[in-house]
Amino acid sequence: MSAPGASEKEIWPLWEVFVRSSRGISHTHVGSLHAPDATLAVRNARDLYTRRNEGVSIWVVPADAITTSDPDAKGAFFESPAGKNYRHASYYTKSEGVKHL
Amino acid sequence: MTIPSVPYAIAPESADTVSAEEQQFNDLIAADSRIEPRDWMPDGYRKTLIRQISQHAHSEIIGMQPEGNWITRAPSLKRKAILLAKVQDEAGHGLYLYSAAQTLGISRDLMTDQLIAGKARYSSIFNYPSPTWADMGSIGWLVDGAAICNQVPLCRASYGPYGRAMVRICKEESFHQRQGFEILLELMNGTPAQREMAQESVNRWYWPALQMFGPPDDDSPNSAQSMAWNIKRFSNDELRQRFVGMLVPQAEVLGVTLPDPDLRWNEEKGVYDMGEIDWTEFHEVLAGRGPANARRLQRRRDAHDEGQWVREAAAAYAAKQAVKAVA
Repeated sequence: MSAPGASEKEIWPLWEVFVRSSRGISHTHVGSLHAPDATLAVRNARDLYTRRNEGVSIWVVPADAITTSDPDAKGAFFESPAGKNYRHASYYTKSEGVKHL
Repeated sequence: MTIPSVPYAIAPESADTVSAEEQQFNDLIAADSRIEPRDWMPDGYRKTLIRQISQHAHSEIIGMQPEGNWITRAPSLKRKAILLAKVQDEAGHGLYLYSAAQTLGISRDLMTDQLIAGKARYSSIFNYPSPTWADMGSIGWLVDGAAICNQVPLCRASYGPYGRAMVRICKEESFHQRQGFEILLELMNGTPAQREMAQESVNRWYWPALQMFGPPDDDSPNSAQSMAWNIKRFSNDELRQRFVGMLVPQAEVLGVTLPDPDLRWNEEKGVYDMGEIDWTEFHEVLAGRGPANARRLQRRRDAHDEGQWVREAAAAYAAKQAVKAVA
């Protein structure tokens, strides 16, 4: 299942855009755009999403190349971490007051 | 408009039973959470959003024209650069919004077709001409000012992609409003002729700007449903009132007079009383009989036709490269 908005009805495909705002930070999804190919998608992304120095690097991904989890199985799919709060540091309270723990 | 059956399933509507997915939708809205593209949503919610977001996108795109008109005639190189940046922003805003609408299942091409065929609406304000340089000031101060007032609450709209697009747009709009204010301020500090030009322009834009908030609450049939769905957060009249409250002290700084003889502070209510808005004019312009409707649409149509070969060439090039990559 591809990203929302991707459609074979479009003359130009949809691309999802990810921008790295500065070195040391990962690329973050900023939005999507229309472009005939990857090269122009990168150029359009520069014009559309980095007009005010918002980024130092851009990724574009064809929206229909993205695979997502099944929206209908939302509950069941993400159920496994529920009730497993022992995976969080905050579960362990007996060490409270002890330094550097 | 076609809505794909997968993954955007639409549950059969029934008066007495609420499906599990509809219940989930209702719960998310009640919790003031966000709806995302793959979530189930009522048909009416989807249609309302497609209509609102595409109209909003069209407004940004048509809105490039009144200012585009002045790019080649801006009074200095600096003003020209600023105006270019602003018009480029409007194009960007249109594109953010078209992308947001696409996540609801309508294609970009269909939205464009609807606009150029004259079947889609856009904000009535862009059907007024911009004959003087002072209009660049009034558009920024009054038109973008009203737009910001409308759009800030939309950043919290219940549909995720719309809210996210609005956050980007609002960040950029504040530059638009300030630069417009500065143009007017400079004119008001200039010669008597310049001051007159600024005041004349404010006189023309003030009432149409107030109409941007839409018809009065008792004549706005879709508002209640939009508010129940957390798309709209404040009523048309509330936002209009808030806008006028912000304008009055700004007009004092500028030294311009707002062209409403009935405008005065109401101590009791704590708001400004204002004169009657000419809603006949509003409905005439919306119906396509405003001063520049035909011109705006024709310009958009011409741009689309003249760009035809570019779109075709780009698509052909992309297809050729794709074949090469496989070979």
